Amino acid sequence: MADPATKLWEVFIRARSGLAHRHAGSVHAADPEMALQAARDVYTRRGEGLSIWVVPSAAIVASDPSDKESLFEPAGSKIYRHPTFYEVPDEVGNM
Amino acid sequence: MTTTSIALTETPHIQTLLALADDALVLGHRTSEWTGHAPLLEEELALANIALDLIGQARMLYQAAGELTGHSEDALAYLRDPPAFRNALIMELPNGDFAFTIARLFFVSVAADQKWRGGFDDDALTAVAEKAKKETAYHVRHAAEWLIRLGDGTEESHRRAQDAVDALWPFTGEMTENRPAWLLAVAPVLNRATLRVPADGWMQDGGRSGRHTEHLGHLLAEMQVLPRSYPGAAW
Repeated sequence: MADPATKLWEVFIRARSGLAHRHAGSVHAADPEMALQAARDVYTRRGEGLSIWVVPSAAIVASDPSDKESLFEPAGSKIYRHPTFYEVPDEVGNM
Repeated sequence: MTTTSIALTETPHIQTLLALADDALVLGHRTSEWTGHAPLLEEELALANIALDLIGQARMLYQAAGELTGHSEDALAYLRDPPAFRNALIMELPNGDFAFTIARLFFVSVAADQKWRGGFDDDALTAVAEKAKKETAYHVRHAAEWLIRLGDGTEESHRRAQDAVDALWPFTGEMTENRPAWLLAVAPVLNRATLRVPADGWMQDGGRSGRHTEHLGHLLAEMQVLPRSYPGAAW
């Protein structure tokens, strides 16, 4: 069991240059340096990463699940926000 | 009674390769003993990663020694008796508590880091060093950060860290080739950890010439029992 003094950190890994950091999981560690090392040891063992961010889990501000109707449902009826009404000219290639 | 052991004719170069290989294998095996016992999942993986780095280094070195002796890497690891092992004694000491494990890893890794970065005039050793120096740099970083936190932590962690440093110190003479450089790298970390740097005095030795502590025999018995009981066993 982790000691309560051992804080929780969220780990973000960037796999390749040009990609964004993605959430990989979490680790327990007492301070930032040990959190970085723990993230390296737990989440980059198979060559997954080129860069690591660790963030104290307590620093994450999360939405309340009970707010999901007011936060997210209004977007459901606005299909015109999706860029699917435009013809993409062939010359553009991959988007 | 028949024996499965091999006998080697050791030139100075073969002995150098075996000393490096045996250091890595024996400490790698010791470090792997934490698997299933580490205080945190994160540290369990950290120690397992380090053990695998060391065993990987040992393999490359045994392969290089194998080119000269005609024995496979497995034969060199599994079919030599304790007096044929050339590792420094510090590698074979039991893990003790976490502070002892970390202090030993720090002392050994600083010496290894300096050795791998020192350069070799041998192609095989240059290739091993190219890989090993990156791995070892991380071992130094990991062990140093832990040692600082243990030494500068609670009263109990400080006591355990200082006990470990004091107990290990007489075993550090045998593994350092450039003592002043090693002391120069080790002292600042001990200072940051608020740990006392012991004075250099009488040093243990004998590992390089095969005079080992009783602990190596037990370690090898566990490590070698399968290939010796079932010669040629494969996955």
